[in-house]
Amino acid sequence: MDTSKVVLEVNDLGINFGGLRAVDSLDMVIHENELYGLIGPNGAGKTTVFNMLTGVYPPTDGTIKLEGQVINGKTPHEIAKLGIARTFQNIRLFKNMTVKENVLLSLGAHADYNFFTGIFKLPKFHAQELAMEDEAMRLLDVFELRDDSEKLAKNLPYGKQRELEIVRALGVHPKLLLLDEPAAGMNPQETENLMRTIDVVRKQFGISILLIEHDMKLVMGICEKITVLNYGAMLACGTPEEIQNNPHVISAYLGE
Amino acid sequence: MKKVTFKQQLLMELGVTLALYLFFQSLMSLGIINSYWRGIVITICINVVLTVSLNITSGFLGELALGHAGFMAAGAYISAVFSKSIALIPSVEFPLALLIGGLFAMFLGYLVSIPTLRLRGDYLAIITLAFGEIVRNVLLNIKLTGGAGGYSSIPKYTTFTWTFFIAAACVLLSKSLINSRQGRAIISIREDEIAAEASGINTNYYKKLAFIFSSFFAGVAGALYAHYMGFLQPAYFNLDKSIEILVMCVLGGMGNIMGSIISASILTILPEALRQIADYRMLVYAIVLIVMMLVKYAPQFEGLLNIFKPKKEEEA
Ligand SMILES: Nc1ncnc2c1ncn2[C@@H]1O[C@H](COP(=O)(O)OP(=O)(O)O)[C@@H](O)[C@H]1O
Ligand SMILES: [Mg+2]
Repeated sequence: MDTSKVVLEVNDLGINFGGLRAVDSLDMVIHENELYGLIGPNGAGKTTVFNMLTGVYPPTDGTIKLEGQVINGKTPHEIAKLGIARTFQNIRLFKNMTVKENVLLSLGAHADYNFFTGIFKLPKFHAQELAMEDEAMRLLDVFELRDDSEKLAKNLPYGKQRELEIVRALGVHPKLLLLDEPAAGMNPQETENLMRTIDVVRKQFGISILLIEHDMKLVMGICEKITVLNYGAMLACGTPEEIQNNPHVISAYLGE
Repeated sequence: MKKVTFKQQLLMELGVTLALYLFFQSLMSLGIINSYWRGIVITICINVVLTVSLNITSGFLGELALGHAGFMAAGAYISAVFSKSIALIPSVEFPLALLIGGLFAMFLGYLVSIPTLRLRGDYLAIITLAFGEIVRNVLLNIKLTGGAGGYSSIPKYTTFTWTFFIAAACVLLSKSLINSRQGRAIISIREDEIAAEASGINTNYYKKLAFIFSSFFAGVAGALYAHYMGFLQPAYFNLDKSIEILVMCVLGGMGNIMGSIISASILTILPEALRQIADYRMLVYAIVLIVMMLVKYAPQFEGLLNIFKPKKEEEA
């Protein structure tokens, strides 16, 4: 078995929306520096899992542990600070802020100059702002966004907006990065580039990534471990080979 | 392209401020700006403080606030009570009065910010509107400050110099705020609250911060007004006053500090310049507000407005 450090451990996670059991008794373990896939058809509950992991929805039952610490009941910003960052299925950028400001925003949550230092522009403000700006540019380089740094986020083409969202999430300094269908709306070529970059990001930053994607082939290609959701329940979990040969998965996917 | 350093920028801002001051000051001592227009310049400065500070909550945080006159009133009355009941040398008493006006308004701003953590949009507008009305009604019933009859013989400490530098401080500090991590956090809430939280921003904290900053300066503006007029009446701080400030803010552009300065200046001078038709001012306000609401809540109307804009879409 894998002996590397556990980053995320989810036990018996479930949530009800009124009468709908959107996610039911989900177990999941994500290790350090692992690229983990979460797949399943539309409406399976994948995004809902992300919303529970990031504190947007409180789970009805179960526990979520980040590096051993239970994080259920924490607010989204607390969870972000503890080290879970995410992107959204429907892009949520700060549209009227510049590309660079989008990244500075998440980096700023780590700076510690206070309000008065900021409004009176004291030396600490200068030092930290310059350092953040430097880091923002380096993060933007990962997706070749440096030249767009002064554009408003809303003026970026669609694919770049998705990438900027990832850069902003990296600014959170996450231990675990959640990507909700990052390739949605991209053509096969763009998708392939993106997946390669995601793998580079994981290695370069040494973080774990949980990736939602409904293109099964794509996930099989790059993820080390995969969980398949179906109607909120875990259908299968394992390595890509195990998933490919799993009779439940075969019947669910081929039976459709 | 060489970037301007933080230090150069700071020096530039202070330089421009000083130059503007000397410009106005010399026009006044040369008598080119007479005492009537000096009063208008002071009023402009007070309105700049009100508009820029409102822009922090309405423009940058993105919350429609309709109670700015309430904060102004609170600052005006408390500072007036202070300087009437205390006899210090004016150069000590006045700054203290301004500070007390600001701090008291800030405290109320903090209280008002609490419900705003749960409410948005129209509901928030109603809460802030109610706040303004509550302040006015409380003032109507306080005997110490003369109730509806008004509170008079407040020492007239407000000078052009004081008002100008406070307006400058308000503008420069607001600009610094907006370009700090705190300011970016405030703007990000307007842009997308869920994404802000997911990026590690404590949105409740920054909403309170915006309200506190904004109400502090409204209180200071009130204190300046009190010590300029020497007389206060609750009726002055009614909903119309809040809306007047909001209109200045909207016309100058939500989230645009320079715009706030310009529109506060124009809308202060305009009714003076057109005294004979000043009655129409409220009509203009109403029209502007209606247009704004249409643009904000009926997207199809925005398309209609775009017809009048020069076509240069290809740029992006
Ligand atoms: N806030 C909500 N309230 C009610 N039902 C919801 C809510 N969010 C998601 N759901 C429901 O939960 C199910 C799973 O949705 P989702 O997690 O978005 O699926 P996926 O991301 O796998 O496509 C769907 O049936 C959806 O309608
Ligand atoms: Mg989804």
